[in-house]
Amino acid sequence: MTASQIFFILFASATLVAAYLVVTVRNLIHAALWLVASLLGIASIFVMLDASFMATVEVVLYIGAIAILIVFAVMLTRRVMEDVGPQRINTWWFGAILATLFFVSASALIWLTKWPTLPEGDVGNTVLILGKSLVDPSKYVVPFEIASVLLIVALIGSIAVALPSKQPE
Amino acid sequence: MPEVRLGDLLVSLYDLFGWGLSEIGLNPSAVSILQKLVAAFILTNFCLLTPLLTIWLERKVSARFQDRLGPNRVGPFGLFQGFADIVKLITKEDITPAGADKTVFNIGPVIAVASVVGIWAVIPFTSTMVGTDINVGILYSVAVGAIGTLAIMMGGWASNNKYALLGSFRTVAQLVSYEVPMIIALLIPTLLAGSMSMNTIVQEQQVWFVVAAPIAALLFLISSIAEVGRAPFDLLEAESEIVAGFHVEYTGMKFGVWMLAEFLHAFTICALTAVVFLGGWRGPWVDQYPLLGVVYFLIKTYFVSMIMLWIRVTVPRVRIDQMNDLNWKFLVPLSLVALVVTALVDKSIPVDFSIGSRSLILFLANMLIVVATLFVLRRVSRKEQAAQSELQAEVNSV
Amino acid sequence: MIPLAWYLTFAAALFCLGLYAVLARQNAVAILMGIELMLNAVIVNLIAFWRYNEPENVSGQAFAIIVFAVAAAEAAVGLALIISIYRRRETVMAEEIDMMKW
Repeated sequence: MTASQIFFILFASATLVAAYLVVTVRNLIHAALWLVASLLGIASIFVMLDASFMATVEVVLYIGAIAILIVFAVMLTRRVMEDVGPQRINTWWFGAILATLFFVSASALIWLTKWPTLPEGDVGNTVLILGKSLVDPSKYVVPFEIASVLLIVALIGSIAVALPSKQPE
Repeated sequence: MPEVRLGDLLVSLYDLFGWGLSEIGLNPSAVSILQKLVAAFILTNFCLLTPLLTIWLERKVSARFQDRLGPNRVGPFGLFQGFADIVKLITKEDITPAGADKTVFNIGPVIAVASVVGIWAVIPFTSTMVGTDINVGILYSVAVGAIGTLAIMMGGWASNNKYALLGSFRTVAQLVSYEVPMIIALLIPTLLAGSMSMNTIVQEQQVWFVVAAPIAALLFLISSIAEVGRAPFDLLEAESEIVAGFHVEYTGMKFGVWMLAEFLHAFTICALTAVVFLGGWRGPWVDQYPLLGVVYFLIKTYFVSMIMLWIRVTVPRVRIDQMNDLNWKFLVPLSLVALVVTALVDKSIPVDFSIGSRSLILFLANMLIVVATLFVLRRVSRKEQAAQSELQAEVNSV
Repeated sequence: MIPLAWYLTFAAALFCLGLYAVLARQNAVAILMGIELMLNAVIVNLIAFWRYNEPENVSGQAFAIIVFAVAAAEAAVGLALIISIYRRRETVMAEEIDMMKW
């Protein structure tokens, strides 16, 4: 077992433990904080995959924005969150069985398939290639633009939805 | 026999340490890991000890601004005041408020400091003295800085105190929104240098980027002052409104750790400004003696730090609505305009122009934006004044 | 040298944890967190495939960036909906939000 494999197992198991706590912890703030921990773990997995740009974007976007959004939402709806009743629905076992079944079948498929091995050599400056191909008309400029339109729509839509309505209720 | 380079002294000392280890039979990868650990240890301690000096400087200078003497009892010129404060903070009673979420409460300040120290990993002291020169350095510094927001959230929420929670809310509103102009302002030097790696950005600055992109430099300075929550943007700990904000329940050294994070973050922002806009370690004779780079870098950093201090002691605190207006109605549009104009002008300059004329053209373009902005501001303020005087006239007639 | 299957298994486990959260948690915010976990598992898969096939062809990373954008949009709209529902119904429990209109 090489050093990189040991590191992978460390990071992956830390991420999975954190993710397990996200889905089981009762206190939602704690769940959000564990979500941050597991996202950090995923960022480290990206580093192991030589995708440093993805790792930093993961931290900026998920920890800098989405996690804070979630914590914010939890705090705004504080009274309900402090209710420490059962945090899972009555038929939770159904979800558990379904998730386990999916995991078993997916990993069976994964281990039965023959995958390509790691290509030799360095990946080079992927940030440069990625940036150029995102604005290249023959590559991904259309999905990129659509994603930006989607973000604008989401921005306007979420403001419109969350605004308090003017009519007295 | 090559000439003796003073600048390589630290590097060779560092290598010497590596040789010493491989002499006793450690394998090379373990040696390089150990070397990295030692470098990290030195860098971290540099970071954690610098605030002692900057806090002293800050108190002394702001005292002079306010016609006072400042600390002058402990040691020469009161230099050891910081140590006295540390002793005081450590000997204080450590209180955890009732109903606080203990773990989160204790982890909060640690994460705040860790997130700031993390930024120093990519800041180049000289071309060779840099923690790690990753090709997404600038983005990394923003990303790691963003974790600090989460730390403030954690501290504010776990304190189980209304004012602390209010402080956290203000923090999120402020820090998340000021991140937008800050990132856009950082995009402009990235665009000019053609790289996000800190070292490449410094190397590309034959002419400092503050000449080619003065608006971006100013925007970055303003939004990063807001980002570290210092006056005039210290709404998150406005004493007159919400006691002390998110750290109201912290006592003793835990409070000290928050303060450390805050001052270190301010200093880090100054270092980032020096690297990205003021040419980092560049200066005369730096090619012969690389160690001079550290001196230049620190001089520039302290220069920016003085500007920040000057702003801090002279400008009153903004209101929360002014804070939001300034960001969304002024900084964000201006930064977008500056980005687009810089990109267009930079693309339209012929390639065979020298770096000096390039910078000059970009500078002129920036000045045009400034003039246009001032025109728009004048129109807006006249409109507002007219509305005000109309209102006043109405009040008078009643 | 880490086999690709390790990354894929890791992503599958992450995805299933997210799936469990979506199916079994009562709180709408927790369900959103589950969705975020699932999206992250997908991104891990994309990046792993990119690395192990042809690193010169960045389609995996480009796809991952689109997924990031979708995740950000989804979180923003989802949390806005939750806050809006909380304002009207004083609840964020998925089981109690079962009417088509109120």
